[in-house]
Amino acid sequence: MQALYAQLLVGLINGSFYALLSLGLAVIFGMLNIINFAHGALYMMGAFVAYFLLSLGGINYWWALLLAPIIVGIFGMILERTMLQWLTGLDHLYGLLLTFGIALIVQGVFQNYFGSSGLPYAIPDQLKGGMNLGFMFLPIYRGWVVIFSLVVCLATWFLIEKTRLGAYLRAATENPTLVRAFGINVPRMITLTYGLGVGLAALAGVLSAPINQVRPLMGADLIIVVFAVVVIGGMGSIMGSIITGFALGVIEGLTKYFYPEASNTVVFVLMVLVLLVKPTGLTGRAA
Amino acid sequence: MNAGEVVTLLGRNGAGKTTTLKSIMGIIGKRTGSVKFNNQEIIRATSDKIARMGIAFCPEERGIFSSLDVRENLLLPPVVRAGGLPLEQIFDLFPNLKERLNSQGTKLSGGEQQMLAIARILRTGASFLMLDEPTEGLAPVIIQQIGHTIARLKKEGFTILLVEQNFRFASTVADRYYVVEHGKIIDGFSNAELAANMDKLHTYLGV
Repeated sequence: MQALYAQLLVGLINGSFYALLSLGLAVIFGMLNIINFAHGALYMMGAFVAYFLLSLGGINYWWALLLAPIIVGIFGMILERTMLQWLTGLDHLYGLLLTFGIALIVQGVFQNYFGSSGLPYAIPDQLKGGMNLGFMFLPIYRGWVVIFSLVVCLATWFLIEKTRLGAYLRAATENPTLVRAFGINVPRMITLTYGLGVGLAALAGVLSAPINQVRPLMGADLIIVVFAVVVIGGMGSIMGSIITGFALGVIEGLTKYFYPEASNTVVFVLMVLVLLVKPTGLTGRAA
Repeated sequence: MNAGEVVTLLGRNGAGKTTTLKSIMGIIGKRTGSVKFNNQEIIRATSDKIARMGIAFCPEERGIFSSLDVRENLLLPPVVRAGGLPLEQIFDLFPNLKERLNSQGTKLSGGEQQMLAIARILRTGASFLMLDEPTEGLAPVIIQQIGHTIARLKKEGFTILLVEQNFRFASTVADRYYVVEHGKIIDGFSNAELAANMDKLHTYLGV
């Protein structure tokens, strides 16, 4: 039983990263119509920024949680202003190729300077250790990652579905021309939305640094699974990405316990099944 | 156009009426020539800037957002200047909307969607409204209600540019008419001259 709970926890943690990343992808896809293949590289940059902040500036984990998403978010907004914005109105393929190229360049640069092995990032003192829940031993940092990710996901959901700013965002996703004709600066909103999606990826990167180490290819490994999550959940819905993210993490964890051989493929098998039955994904709208 | 006037663009399908409205609003790709609003040239301005000068557009397809409920749809356009209608007055004009504030925008009937599309640009403080075929596909009772609304808005001092296929409806609200063909204004007359121009008009519109 101990092993089952342990795998469930691993599943929840992976699910947290899936949810944070697929949420950002869904928001970006909605507003920019771009399948952001650079997402994994930006996630990695989040972890590296946290690493630099600590090793060069002595700035601790808690500040990194705030600063890394802002720094990487600004980097993302510069990408959007200088490159992505010119793809408006073109086929998805162009955005996919451009962001894929950006990902390769960013990862290549980091690999050139830091190699492929991981750099250590220590768990902050306040979150060290663990507690005995009776049925299992819970490392505090891992519990923190799951709960904090959940809170951030729900806050993002609230921002988009329940606030005035979110109403602008949803409306501009449907009909940007009309929203602009109401007097809203839609291009600026698109830039900020990309910054928000990228910031969520960077935040996931910071959260993952103490667990998975800081590696140039950490995002490349993860993003393939995240895209499968997005395909399963459907691009259309915010809550859908959150739920699918966590659920697939847990399913992966359970597979690791019951049939470890399939744990790396179960997400893709599910993806194929969902695509056969409902090509728009579980919660998706028709594109 | 003069302030406080209701002007109607008439013309056949594809004559360029909607394109005229969209050009004024700045949502057409390439524009040349000149559009002046309050003596200010706006041909180079982007549509968000044009909206902030006090021009509002109600598109033919109504543009109600399905991912927003009625309240969010109504409150979506930002207030661009003082002098917009307060919400109570809008609900006074369109009592149906008040009852359906929590419905999804596109769950409304066609008539209600049209009312919502007009209602949401009344609160922004825009003084110049462009309505593209507000009566299209609606029942006579609702057309009448929209007619009353336009008359009421005129009394409130709004300037309205209307595109209408429904000529009989237009004649109940308009001060002046322009006839559009191949993107050019080919004729114009006031409501008083309407009867004298009926024959000509029938030829223009081919009805």
